[in-house]
Amino acid sequence: MAEIKDFLKSLLSLPGLSGYEDPVRAVIREAWQPLVDELSVSRIGSLHGLKKGYGDEPRPRILLSAHMDAIGMIVTGIEAGLLRFTEIGGVDARILPGQPVTVHGRRELPGYVVQPPGWLLPEDQATNKAVEMKYLFVDTGLRAAEVNELVRVGDLVSFAQPPIELTGDLLAGHSLDNRASVAAVTACLQELQHIRHIWDVWAVASVQEEETLGGAYTSPFAIRPDLAVAIDVTFARGPGSPVNYSTFPLGKGVTLGWGPNIHPALYEAFKKLAEKLDMPYHDDLMPRMSGTDAMGIQVVAEGIPTMVLSMPIRYMHTPVEVVSLKDIARTGHLMAQFIAELPVDYMQSLRWDDES
Amino acid sequence: MTPKKTTPSTTPLIGAEQIALLERLSNAVAVSGAEHEVRKIVMAEIKDLADDIKVDALGNVLATRHARQQPALRVMLAAHMDEVGFMLVDGEDGLYEFATVGGIDVRQLPGKTVLVGKDHLPGVIGAKPIHHTTADERRNAISLDSLRIDVGNENGKKVHPGDRATFATRFQQLGPSLVGKALDDRLGVVTVIELLRHAPAHIELLAAFTVQEEVGLRGARVAGYALDPQLAFALDSTPAGDLPTWDGEESPRYNTRLDGGPAIYVADQGTLSDPRLIQHLLQTAETFGIPCQIRQPGGGGTDAGAIHKQRAGIPVVSVSVPGRYAHTAALVARLDDWQHTLALMVYALERLTPAILEQER
Repeated sequence: MAEIKDFLKSLLSLPGLSGYEDPVRAVIREAWQPLVDELSVSRIGSLHGLKKGYGDEPRPRILLSAHMDAIGMIVTGIEAGLLRFTEIGGVDARILPGQPVTVHGRRELPGYVVQPPGWLLPEDQATNKAVEMKYLFVDTGLRAAEVNELVRVGDLVSFAQPPIELTGDLLAGHSLDNRASVAAVTACLQELQHIRHIWDVWAVASVQEEETLGGAYTSPFAIRPDLAVAIDVTFARGPGSPVNYSTFPLGKGVTLGWGPNIHPALYEAFKKLAEKLDMPYHDDLMPRMSGTDAMGIQVVAEGIPTMVLSMPIRYMHTPVEVVSLKDIARTGHLMAQFIAELPVDYMQSLRWDDES
Repeated sequence: MTPKKTTPSTTPLIGAEQIALLERLSNAVAVSGAEHEVRKIVMAEIKDLADDIKVDALGNVLATRHARQQPALRVMLAAHMDEVGFMLVDGEDGLYEFATVGGIDVRQLPGKTVLVGKDHLPGVIGAKPIHHTTADERRNAISLDSLRIDVGNENGKKVHPGDRATFATRFQQLGPSLVGKALDDRLGVVTVIELLRHAPAHIELLAAFTVQEEVGLRGARVAGYALDPQLAFALDSTPAGDLPTWDGEESPRYNTRLDGGPAIYVADQGTLSDPRLIQHLLQTAETFGIPCQIRQPGGGGTDAGAIHKQRAGIPVVSVSVPGRYAHTAALVARLDDWQHTLALMVYALERLTPAILEQER
């Protein structure tokens, strides 16, 4: 677990905004290199790792998809050396003032999101109301002339909050959505080093989930898996979050997705396995859609039976998301054990209730 | 005797050593009422610079560097050690309600990292996921009572209600700028330490590193009484509001501007600065070619507000380093402005004689 923690911390220290995943992909590639037989990068930037099974060819394939892209900002204007910006992915402007960021200009510039004094803001936002994103700036500490030379409209702005270890095996940082899942897939690949599995395992660190689901639609088309699992984060119960079916206790187990994006027989299989492993889990009810790569994967080509596994995190889409390292380890273990037990003819057993 | 005209750029008063000290001080935690970490650093730094050092009933550090020649002028320099922050007030299982200490805009808090308690336990102030909010809700600020400091699963073993917390920001130099959580007023603290080092022989220098400025100038009040100066300077940090307006209109209001040099106070909420001292500073700046600016008169305040009404009255003026985004996770100030502030004060003290008090105010 210490190894996974350090790997995850290295991922959380990197940018890799939707559509610009290169920095984080490089580090994942390095981590996966010794764990897979083949590595490639898709036409739009997703990382594909193939760990071959020992079954006879052609072997059935399972795809594990964890998106590696992160939310962030993009420069829309420069005024007196200060940067106007808008969001990439869903960002609540209310978490931004005082946030450390990196501006990806001609070189990387550290800076902070800043809220101008009230008298420079529209009257209704001067003191009490939330300040809209369009009225915030990024201040790089540089003078206007230098900023004008180094930054252009369209440059990316990523969160720069370094990861921090909280008490009790909790880790806080930006982009735990969804690098926690990349870490879980990596933990799974590590466990598979010691397991003889029949199926080919395609680990995918996908791109653009937060904006277009671009990776979710394209990687499964290239790989054509028989089964797919989307690994993502879900909502942990915590300050400000509702206490209802959509939130889960932090660190108390993996969640199993249930809803139209998910093949019910696959859900049943994971549930049975979790029970057999005596692993705590919760059902993550997704009545309409899962908000994960599964939405794309499920409808690729002639359709792919898909499952969603998630880890609850607090404060999703803030730079201080909090995850339990235990839940990451559990998710990795559950996937590895599922793969270990996949018989060559599993697809024949994957049936609808009403099928005889 | 008038000192030879020297440009401040040839006077290396702030170098790597001073910046390193500022860094240590900015990263230290000293929320109003719990200033011990900064006090400890200050005591060690001034040990060999002052003739007499004591800690008073409120926790102020009062240091005297005696004049080496007569007639001497008793001059007080005040810089506050405390910073704005938080106090945990309730909670358990790693999630704590907290109150703000000092003037903090609650809109600066969601999504920030903090340090909690004596051991600087890391914590975060989270926010509800955007997915669980409505567009209407996002127009309103997040209220303090819905926020928690989250330190993880410590189960009440490591921090407790009553502990202080502050932003976890680490000091950084960004190009020409200095960035930190507590540059208000650690800039002033280092400035006063350097002024002790460069004290002119004819000045009885009375340095007060004060407590509780951010919650009501309490330290300065008793320090002003105890030190009994003939006149006083408050060295502080003041907001620079030199940003563009939301609609592109020119703003008549900016308070101070970065790169404008030290900001001299004429009037704030609690003080009408002594005109003799204002003139003295302006003449000093002109004589030595040091850039400076007049802070736009208006609200706000410094330790000067408590000092000037002490005893039978003490002439005061405040000199501040301009800084953007005061009382947030990251205050941005310019190294040049700080350098010019120290230079202005060094020369102002050199030129200061008892004659200044012979003119009637």
